[in-house]
Amino acid sequence: MSSPSSMVRLTGVSKRFVKGKETISIFDSLDLTIPQGDFVAVMGPSGSGKTTLLNLLGGIDRPDTGEIHVAAEQIERLGEGDLARFRAAKIGFIFQFYNLMPMLTAAQNVELPLLLTKLDAKQRRKHVETALGVVNLADRAKHYPREMSGGQQQRVAIARAIVSDPQLILADEPTGDLDRATADEILSILQLLNRDLAKTIVMVTHDPAAARYARRVLHLDKGQFIEKELAA
Amino acid sequence: MNDFMLIRKNLFAKKLRAILMIVSILVAFAIFGVLVAFEKAFNAGEEAAEADRLVVVNKINFTQPLPIAYFNRVRAVEGVRQVTHFNWFGGYYQDPKNFLIVMAVEPRTYLDVYGSDLIVAPEAQEAFFRERTGALVGEAMAEKWGWKVGDRVPIASNIFSQKSGARSWDFTIVGIAKKRKPQVDTNFMVFQYAYFDETRSFGKDMIGWMALQTTSMSLNDQVSKTVDAMFANSLYETSTDTEKAFNKAFVAQLGNIALIVTLVVGAAFVTILMIVGNTMALSIRERTRQIAVLKTLGFSGQRVLRLVLGEAVLLALLGGLPGIGIAALVALLVRESPQQFVPKIAVTPDILFMAIVLMLALGFVTGLIPALNAMRLKIATALGRG
Repeated sequence: MSSPSSMVRLTGVSKRFVKGKETISIFDSLDLTIPQGDFVAVMGPSGSGKTTLLNLLGGIDRPDTGEIHVAAEQIERLGEGDLARFRAAKIGFIFQFYNLMPMLTAAQNVELPLLLTKLDAKQRRKHVETALGVVNLADRAKHYPREMSGGQQQRVAIARAIVSDPQLILADEPTGDLDRATADEILSILQLLNRDLAKTIVMVTHDPAAARYARRVLHLDKGQFIEKELAA
Repeated sequence: MNDFMLIRKNLFAKKLRAILMIVSILVAFAIFGVLVAFEKAFNAGEEAAEADRLVVVNKINFTQPLPIAYFNRVRAVEGVRQVTHFNWFGGYYQDPKNFLIVMAVEPRTYLDVYGSDLIVAPEAQEAFFRERTGALVGEAMAEKWGWKVGDRVPIASNIFSQKSGARSWDFTIVGIAKKRKPQVDTNFMVFQYAYFDETRSFGKDMIGWMALQTTSMSLNDQVSKTVDAMFANSLYETSTDTEKAFNKAFVAQLGNIALIVTLVVGAAFVTILMIVGNTMALSIRERTRQIAVLKTLGFSGQRVLRLVLGEAVLLALLGGLPGIGIAALVALLVRESPQQFVPKIAVTPDILFMAIVLMLALGFVTGLIPALNAMRLKIATALGRG
């Protein structure tokens, strides 16, 4: 069991990938605890396992050994259906390339996760308006992704990630495709979600400036974490 | 938004491609509807055939004549309840394009043999027996041309002429025959053989074929053999078979309709299946990342499978239903055309049902593999592609 105050607890997690005849070990007996309400930036060189870590936390990949507790659920043994339900209820994902559905408007993109809930159309509309309001895009609700800038698309993606009120937000390089000013806007929104709405955030980034928005930074190297203090 | 809207949005994500696929399915189902309607219309006579009726035709071909003398000889065969005879007139009204089904018959025996198919008022029957130039017209034909009892109509023949050289005969409509059973076609006219035989310039004392009714169905075989044996080695040998087989042979003159339908529809369907299946697979492959995102958001494998299958089924219905609608329109135009060469053609409810089953099958077959692939898609692998 994860302790009441921990959102994420990894115990002895190992993960290997087989590439041809070669077996690459990403993690070997990795331990990690992230308390509720934390905002963690995960940094590290390419191939260090940052995205794999997010995949494991989000239940879209499984460890070879070890236990993963997320939001009071032990997820590594859940079946595909239960994992889908777990993701829908407890996790919000933000991707580097936004991954919006091009044929849907901003509001429809944000509404997607709510199709998995029992909310009726009116309630869903209200949730969508709130989420778009949080990211300051209420006036763009009927715009298609192609009609929006990269920063606006990422804000829609954030609205989609928070619309079903998940406990944990996983962000994979959320500013990797944006200029500095836009990146700062996005990171400020993430900070606001953490600070004002108490969302736990795990953000993978290469960018030290982005990492500064987090409460703490974890460096992943050779399958192990090294915690570093944030520069003032 | 709901799942249906998501399916619709996905389908029309690439509008031109979706429209082209819909049009190709539309064409396939239009062909299907028209051909099956034709096939059913041609076989309608087969359905209307009575089991205890036999037809005696010239052994060479049913278009070859038989001597009228055969009529009385067949009548005398044991097991024969009643016999009547026909002569194809090759009729048309006003213009050769207005082709009509017109036959010269022996009135009393005709109404006796076909009494189970037709309802003719007693006074009409009497007039038909009495008036030399009287003609009995089926309800469908009378309605088509607006004819009523007492009208005098000139009917021309593209085969026969009168001794005077005229190609047209004047008939007085003495009665309208209604159908007793739904499958009976009343698009016909019959008139007195005696009048025809006296006035025509050639073929005197010859008839086209005979229809007989046995006293019991169990005697059909025996009567057929007796009749054919009676005329064996004569100048006009006969071939006797059930009315159903005769109607089938008549239709076979136009080729094996069922085989043509099967081949054309089959070829169209296999082609459409390959095109739509391939395009669906391509479309889903292009959307691998989007499907992975849906699964990341919490859409289960089964739900993704339903979305993709739903897309394929919607595509098939969007193409198929208008296709069947067009087929129904074509059938209506053919039915209403003055030529009336297939007067009973229609896209009937059973054809519509068959088409809908085929549309669903097309959707499932073309969508199944892409849907299974989407369901099994590994999110991490798919997102890693980007």
